Amino acid sequence: MTSSDLQQLYQQIILDHAKARHGFSVEPLADLVAREADGTRTAQSHQVNTTCGDEVTVSVSVGAASAGEAPSGTDRIEDLAWRGEGCSISMASASVLSDTVRGLPASEATALLGAFRDMLRSRGTIEPDEERLGDAAAFAGVSRYPARVKCAMLPWVAFEEALSRAAAH
Amino acid sequence: MMPSADAFKLAPPRSLTDEEVAGIRRDFPILGRPVNGRPLVYLDSGATSQNPASVLDAEREYYEQRNAAVHRGAHTLAFTATEAFEDARSTVAAFIGAKTDEVVWTSNATEAINLVAYSFSNASLGLGGEAAKRFRLGPGDELVVTEMEHHANLIPWQQLALRTGATLRFIPVTDDGTLDLDAAAAVIGARTRLLAFTHASNVVGVVNPVADLVALARSVGALVLVDACQSVPHVPVDVAALDVDFAVFSGHKMLGPTGIGVLFGRAELLADMPPFLTGGSMITTVDMQGAEFLAPPQRFEAGTQRVSQAIALAAAVDYLSSVGMGRIEARETELGQRLLAGLADIPGVRVLGPAAGVERIGLASIDVAGVHAHDVGQFLDEAGIAVRVGHHCAQPLHRRLGVTASTRASTYLYTTTDEVDQFLATLREVAPFFGVSR
Repeated sequence: MTSSDLQQLYQQIILDHAKARHGFSVEPLADLVAREADGTRTAQSHQVNTTCGDEVTVSVSVGAASAGEAPSGTDRIEDLAWRGEGCSISMASASVLSDTVRGLPASEATALLGAFRDMLRSRGTIEPDEERLGDAAAFAGVSRYPARVKCAMLPWVAFEEALSRAAAH
Repeated sequence: MMPSADAFKLAPPRSLTDEEVAGIRRDFPILGRPVNGRPLVYLDSGATSQNPASVLDAEREYYEQRNAAVHRGAHTLAFTATEAFEDARSTVAAFIGAKTDEVVWTSNATEAINLVAYSFSNASLGLGGEAAKRFRLGPGDELVVTEMEHHANLIPWQQLALRTGATLRFIPVTDDGTLDLDAAAAVIGARTRLLAFTHASNVVGVVNPVADLVALARSVGALVLVDACQSVPHVPVDVAALDVDFAVFSGHKMLGPTGIGVLFGRAELLADMPPFLTGGSMITTVDMQGAEFLAPPQRFEAGTQRVSQAIALAAAVDYLSSVGMGRIEARETELGQRLLAGLADIPGVRVLGPAAGVERIGLASIDVAGVHAHDVGQFLDEAGIAVRVGHHCAQPLHRRLGVTASTRASTYLYTTTDEVDQFLATLREVAPFFGVSR
């Protein structure tokens, strides 16, 4: 069968990430705490998709961004690790999240998250900015499947919450 | 005098022929619509069934010809509406072997279970007086459910236990997805006040041994509630023959509309139970301090009732009766075995629950190794095949069987053998598409 619609949803990049699971850790919080540098703050968020029971836990370490890369006082995503159980869309999304936001200033990561969310909610009307989103642009096809938007957003929502918790430390 | 169950077994009903199923399908408008450019293959009747035109017509006819408030008003429409509403009750009662006054309308099966739980809860607070004393629960009392329950038949009892101080216990499920009856005999004891279990599992499809479980409950004087959501639509059910105290089921799973469910309760129990929801239409005399309540079933039907839904449900029952529940059961047993045999042939597919041979309804839940249920469902949907994915509101059972989610195909009287085969053929393509090699 393998219709082109389905291949738009399940792009090879997504299937590859779903298997590779970059940033996966059995104990995300403990791992990050073990390797965090002085002055970094680590926090975690656990999210569940109530429709299907998919779960993702994202842990994030943030530290002060170095001068020159961002305005002073800005946080930088030092490290990220996650654990989860779910469909290929949610697992791939967590893997891409890990690749995409690690090392970014927090403000930039938050802006990227906003762009990712807008793309997913656009029902196919927003063309992804591939240069900016990188592998995350592969999720553009998900926006045509409203029931799956939650799957793709799940790790990013966990990241958003973990980040705000880390920032509040 | 009712013939014994054995008398029916002497002549097993004939299954439906493919021609008869083709005729049945013509009665269901939705089955003719395409999905994603392909003919719809609807294998999700376990979640909600489709409606024949006669059910839709009954609801329309009610609103076009009889719409009025029931049990109040003295005009012609009010009279005909009330008559149709009460006739519907008789139709549904006869369908399950109950007396008319033993059928209480609810919004759905979940509300029916909550009605019983809250009535017991209210009795535990002293409401209902002496008559309701036998429903009082407190510390030391035990409620027993099973590990295969739908959340609807678990959480209301968890909450009842929390409200009353009673303890909730459960009958475990074995590795093959059937109830552990040895354990049941140990769990059900002198402290057991109520046993609640599903007649047929919405996940593994097994039909539980009602007689054995009822005998255990009776031996300790416990009440029995059976969740009949997956049995009443698919197999002949006679609540009197089953000898249960309460049974619940939903209209939308048996060709009826949403918004209507049924609580069956034995008359002498309903008569002593305090109400759950209170308000208009369930009272006799009211003053500013209190009220006297009507006899069942009206005592449990506060407020404006689901009149059109009840009438449409009766139309659904008439449809099922005209086909014959025995014949529907025979047909679905065949479809279920075809499903199981086909699934056994697909590498990497594990069927949850017992293998072929054990009595089960026409559904199967599966785990496809290396592919999440949501991805399986998405792939099937692209081919126009509708199945249920997720935990099917039975998280504890999935956990017990070692999976977080599964894919369920469920059949009904309008399911064709071609549809089952198409599902099986498409399922074969799933693992290769997702790059799972074996």
